[in-house]
Amino acid sequence: MTRQFDVAVIGAGPAGLAAATEAAQSGLSVALLDEQQAPGGQIYRGIETASAARLKLLGADYAEGRPLVEKFRASGAEYMPGSLVWNVTIDKVVEFSRDGASSRIRADAIIVATGALERPCPLPGWTLPGVTTAGALQILLKASGIVQEDAVLTGSGPLLWLLASQMVDAGVPPRAIVETVPNGRLLQALPHLPKALWQRSYLFKGLSMVRKVRRAGVLIYRNATGVAVEGATFATALNFTAGGKPHRIETRTIALHQGVVPNQQVTRLLRCDHVWDSSQHCFRPVIDAYGATSADGVYVAGDGAGIGGAKAAAIQGQIVAIGLALRAGRGNGERLAHLHSALAKEASVRPFLETLYAPAPQILSPADDTLVCRCEEITAGSIREAVRLGAPGPNQVKSFLRAGMGPCQGRVCGLAVSAIIGEERGETPDDVGYYRIRPPLKPLLLSEIANFATSDAQEHATE
Amino acid sequence: MTIRPRAADTLVIGGGLVGAAVGWGLASRGETVTVLDEGDQALRASCGNFGLVWVQSKGDGMHDYARWTRSSADIWPEFSERLKEDTGISTGYHKPGGMHLCLSEQDLEKTRALCNRMHNVNGAQGYGSEILDRKQVADMLPGIGPDVVGGSFGRHDGHASPLKLLMGLHAGIKARGSHYVSGAAVDKIERDGGGYSVTTAKGVYRAGKLVLAAGHGNSAFGPLVGLDIPLRPEKGQILVTERVAPFLSMPTHVVRQTEEGSILIGDSHEDTGFSTLSTTPIMSQIASRAARFFPLLKNLRVVRSWGAVRVLSPDGYPIYQQSETHPGVFSVNCHSGVTLAGAHAMLLAPMISAGQLAPEFEAFSARRFHGQTH
Amino acid sequence: MVRRIETIGNEVIFSFEGQPVTARAGDSVAAALTAVGISHLRDSVVSGAARGVYCMMGACFDCLVEVNGVPNRQACMTEVRHGLDVRRQSGGVEVRS
Repeated sequence: MTRQFDVAVIGAGPAGLAAATEAAQSGLSVALLDEQQAPGGQIYRGIETASAARLKLLGADYAEGRPLVEKFRASGAEYMPGSLVWNVTIDKVVEFSRDGASSRIRADAIIVATGALERPCPLPGWTLPGVTTAGALQILLKASGIVQEDAVLTGSGPLLWLLASQMVDAGVPPRAIVETVPNGRLLQALPHLPKALWQRSYLFKGLSMVRKVRRAGVLIYRNATGVAVEGATFATALNFTAGGKPHRIETRTIALHQGVVPNQQVTRLLRCDHVWDSSQHCFRPVIDAYGATSADGVYVAGDGAGIGGAKAAAIQGQIVAIGLALRAGRGNGERLAHLHSALAKEASVRPFLETLYAPAPQILSPADDTLVCRCEEITAGSIREAVRLGAPGPNQVKSFLRAGMGPCQGRVCGLAVSAIIGEERGETPDDVGYYRIRPPLKPLLLSEIANFATSDAQEHATE
Repeated sequence: MTIRPRAADTLVIGGGLVGAAVGWGLASRGETVTVLDEGDQALRASCGNFGLVWVQSKGDGMHDYARWTRSSADIWPEFSERLKEDTGISTGYHKPGGMHLCLSEQDLEKTRALCNRMHNVNGAQGYGSEILDRKQVADMLPGIGPDVVGGSFGRHDGHASPLKLLMGLHAGIKARGSHYVSGAAVDKIERDGGGYSVTTAKGVYRAGKLVLAAGHGNSAFGPLVGLDIPLRPEKGQILVTERVAPFLSMPTHVVRQTEEGSILIGDSHEDTGFSTLSTTPIMSQIASRAARFFPLLKNLRVVRSWGAVRVLSPDGYPIYQQSETHPGVFSVNCHSGVTLAGAHAMLLAPMISAGQLAPEFEAFSARRFHGQTH
Repeated sequence: MVRRIETIGNEVIFSFEGQPVTARAGDSVAAALTAVGISHLRDSVVSGAARGVYCMMGACFDCLVEVNGVPNRQACMTEVRHGLDVRRQSGGVEVRS
């Protein structure tokens, strides 16, 4: 028999943990499924096992994950770690793989809390070993306490500075930060500054991180363009132009970052309505004030609904869960007004950051010979060529070129492909659209799919 | 884009495999063609095509269709070569023969009976397939499972990449100076002097001739031009594995390996309207059956699934028809867009270009359904 | 090259390309290989180009390796265990039992 829950939460980051905790506390039956073996998501990765020293090094923002996880553990929500959700249906069946076998649960409501992914950073040489996302270096630090020497961090966004300052605290500062933020961005962002002052603690934190990184002797390059990785079987140097001069820094460790974007896989699979967020330069699902998407009974909380950061994600998780509880005639909405205003306060700093750290032009419009789809090795030029043949959007381009057909299923290249098509056609991303996503959400052994033909599946088929 | 190629010799409505093959065929005969297509989310059967150029079982019950399929398979090598000359794009066409695999004696007997009937259809021209026992099949396809009792081998069968074929046809249309317009969903079709004007989301287009190649859309467009085209949707799902080293030397009716190395695993026949959703009960059935044909497939990871809607006439055979009331208007429907691409480009397009289908095409007219209850 | 800021967790020894690698319990295979300076994990199935860890969070599928004879395992999602036999992949994997 398929187990039935009031709420199924997908993802154990701040949004999922807060939502599951809140829903369980209000008396709803809750299952939380997560691919990782321990709760925390990527932002609080390793939070239960981090030593005191590591907690101190990673800072107070990271440590905030501890109480969140502890409350979740005590909430009575059923935790299903190591569960790879590979299909979610519109009738709210969640199908997942755990220990090499698949099962399914049903729920009245599904909360998608699958968080964010790094924005694709297509630039020459970005597929070479030794080139990772900035997030990858941070995960190494959080989960394993590993820091690489001589790292060069390049791109744009607060995470570069956070990572650099954590590496400084770990005693292994990066060699350099190569920022791709064009001159003049600060000026463009200034009109958003008054609003951002509502969250001045973020701004002060940012400034103090920059000071700390400078004091540690990290080389800092601003307004870098023409960023390219050099190497044959692994990265050996980063080349770029800054201050009107070409630069070359020898290193085997290069971390790329251009901000993070919502992970759309589940909401696209469910064919929820999405909209282009021109401030965040990404698609996000269309939701109401309680996180409800256009698909009946499907909700989104956290960065998957638009990037807001860990604190906002936890607040959104609570709001969605309270909304569900109210609908089930449980609890009351007393805290909603407070939560909504806390969420608004969290959001006040975003327009400033989003304008200042908007992705670099080089990344949004890669050169023709730059690989965009890493799995199938499809260049920006061939995507433009397919558009010139008349391809109206990413699904036709995918058919023609195999872009997005590899094992990552378009997670890494999707936004870049849509952006290149839009630029070439002179259309908005909303007009261009996105890859159609189908199960399995991640590659799955054929035997596991074959063995999944249970009697329950037959019953389901005849519905 | 401000320049719209509004006037053409022929307008083709539909830019899938059928419309694009006819469009390129016309363009390569010197016509100016405009292919009007829907957008990126079009219900495109071409993108769910399995990629077989398949002869052995086609046309049991309709001999004209068997002959037509054979002609297409025969002309495929030349078609593929010409398309490559125009565009540099290879369709990935190979003709190693094809195998229909049987999992029971009963299935093998049915296949043997079909094989015999097809010999009668095809005469002494050697197009028929041959029945092989388990050992003979295993010699050709070493990976078969213990449940496989035999099969039928057709040496005129082959396969190609439906996706590269579609890209090649679109590139060929452009290379020949003709036009492909996406996002041009059709609102209206009207007579315009001696020709037709078609109002689309991208503006109005005019031409002397009109080809309906819009799949299920033909049912809606037909009545505007004096045609009654009965069609029904049938969903098919397919699983696609990760790329692997060469494993299958030839396509089979439900499992084939692409040039890139992925294994495609079909298929299903579902009466679920126009839904293209992937559904796990069907995916499970497809996976378990594939594992009986080739047990080693169990160890591969499924990377993607497809769901698409076949365009089927009431008897499953194609419909080719010219309008009696609207001269120069043709309707083309089939669900074998790859197998028949050669014939559509090289044999059908010349007839359309000349404004007249050959008399034997009456057999393919939708008039065969009229007066029946369908 | 690479530093561990603390040495907690028991030692775990596995092999990469037949050579012993010392890791810490709780490491992913990807983290453990990064920690000893190994970045080249496979050759792409398309062009044969060298690839390694990119996202470290299970999204990019670039860190695929063969683990105990099973190909295309995500190194970043596989926890190290004593005696694990990890191998670099090259090109399309063979179909085998």
